[in-house]
Amino acid sequence: MEERNSTQACSRDDGRPCLGAAAPFFVGFVAALVVGWWIFPKVLFTEETQPIEFSHKTHMEEAVDSCEYCHFEDTDAGLMFSGLPTTEQCVDCHMAPLGDTEAELEFVEMIEAGEEVEWLVYQRQPDNAYFSHMAHSLDNCGMCHPEFEDSPQALCNQCHPDLIEAEGSLPIEVNRLTGYTTETMKMWECEECHAYPDHVYDLNDDGHLDATDANNGCHVCHK
Amino acid sequence: MSAKIKKFNTVWGMVVDIDKCTGCGACMVACQAENNVRITTDASNKLRTNTWMLVYQLTNGESFPHHDVAYLPRPCQHCGVPSCVSVCPAIATDKNEDGGIVSQIYPRCFGCRYCMASCPYHARYFNWYDPHWPEGMDKTLSPDVSVRPRGVVEKCSFCHHRLMEAKDRARAQGNYTPLETIHLPDGEYITACTETCPNGAITFGDLKDPEHQVYKILWGEQDAEAVSEYLDMGGDGPTAHHGEGHGPLVTRNPNAFRLLEELGTAPQVYYVSRREWVRKQGNHSAMEATQAHH
Repeated sequence: MEERNSTQACSRDDGRPCLGAAAPFFVGFVAALVVGWWIFPKVLFTEETQPIEFSHKTHMEEAVDSCEYCHFEDTDAGLMFSGLPTTEQCVDCHMAPLGDTEAELEFVEMIEAGEEVEWLVYQRQPDNAYFSHMAHSLDNCGMCHPEFEDSPQALCNQCHPDLIEAEGSLPIEVNRLTGYTTETMKMWECEECHAYPDHVYDLNDDGHLDATDANNGCHVCHK
Repeated sequence: MSAKIKKFNTVWGMVVDIDKCTGCGACMVACQAENNVRITTDASNKLRTNTWMLVYQLTNGESFPHHDVAYLPRPCQHCGVPSCVSVCPAIATDKNEDGGIVSQIYPRCFGCRYCMASCPYHARYFNWYDPHWPEGMDKTLSPDVSVRPRGVVEKCSFCHHRLMEAKDRARAQGNYTPLETIHLPDGEYITACTETCPNGAITFGDLKDPEHQVYKILWGEQDAEAVSEYLDMGGDGPTAHHGEGHGPLVTRNPNAFRLLEELGTAPQVYYVSRREWVRKQGNHSAMEATQAHH
């Protein structure tokens, strides 16, 4: 007994553990937290910036009144998805520079040269996911969710990052391994609506599934 | 069996007229191109091929001059009671969407192949190899269907992406009522094999919609509500003898049959043949039972 006691770095007669022995564990714990929460994400994600500085805030405040003005659904062409506008749409206003920012001057030069801007997409979805903006329009969701009637933009922001409040272009964080961004939708985010009981079960309760077409069947979102 | 059947407002179904099929295999090719089915490197090994749609040759086994052959295209039968769904340990396959199409979600599948063992129609295929397209041919891949990696099971989806597109078209044109099932007009949603068949042997549509051609072939002018109730119960038997207190009496086209109907899988794929020996091969024990009954 006496021998064993003598080999310990510190010991007390009353048998209580001493803090000095636990210190390396605390240091290791903090180091692991720093690596896990700060260093590893920095290594895993690379930051990319839009090729041309673009401010959603400026455009919403001074030019247009809704997201659909630029990100519209082209039903005539059979293109059902909202997408990125081409310079053809931008030229309506930007035939000549409206302001004096460098980015705009550069952009007007691109228009004159007939070039397209290679915008980066904040939320490109995986290949195995199907998404229809047409199905998630105010016509459908607004039937039961009147809160979106006053602010259609709030409906967009259910999934999309709110770029209106941000000054300039937000950087895009791309996962080096998967190629997805931090804004790419996770399945649980879709399920917040799709797995909601009223969407899964028939509202009329006649025993038939999927009256709303928004249920949680795998094929509703996967392809 | 009927108790397990899920009820759907629409039931997407296929009717194949075997007497019109020449066995040309255009449906198989169309299916492969439409759904990014990988190219088989060694097609002689039939345990390793991958054919969502497969044309079988049937013969009556008699010698000349009574010899006769028929061709039977076999997609996934999209059973009302799918055995693959109940055995899947990963919920990678389910039947939960209106229309009754049995889904297969590839990233969720881990390749145990229970579903393949359970499927009485051999409609499911395992990816033994990484998919490979010769250089340049990868440009023919469709963005509407995801490409499957090695190690997962895949099968016919009734070209589900075409259903999604048809629904989107209906939404764009305003041909729907929000919160209600979208009832597509006949022909608005058809599979690639249906579109390709040069003889029109394949018909595709909603088995519950009297305006659709499949309905007219199978049920003729019969009451839509009765047919709907009959299908909700599985639509078993060449004629329905549910009788009083058991549901409506619906008579199916006497030339129509489903594969291995006696198993109670209630497929959504029907076959039509005016030749008795063909009907007998598709549904042998049920035919015998019917004959014994009479």
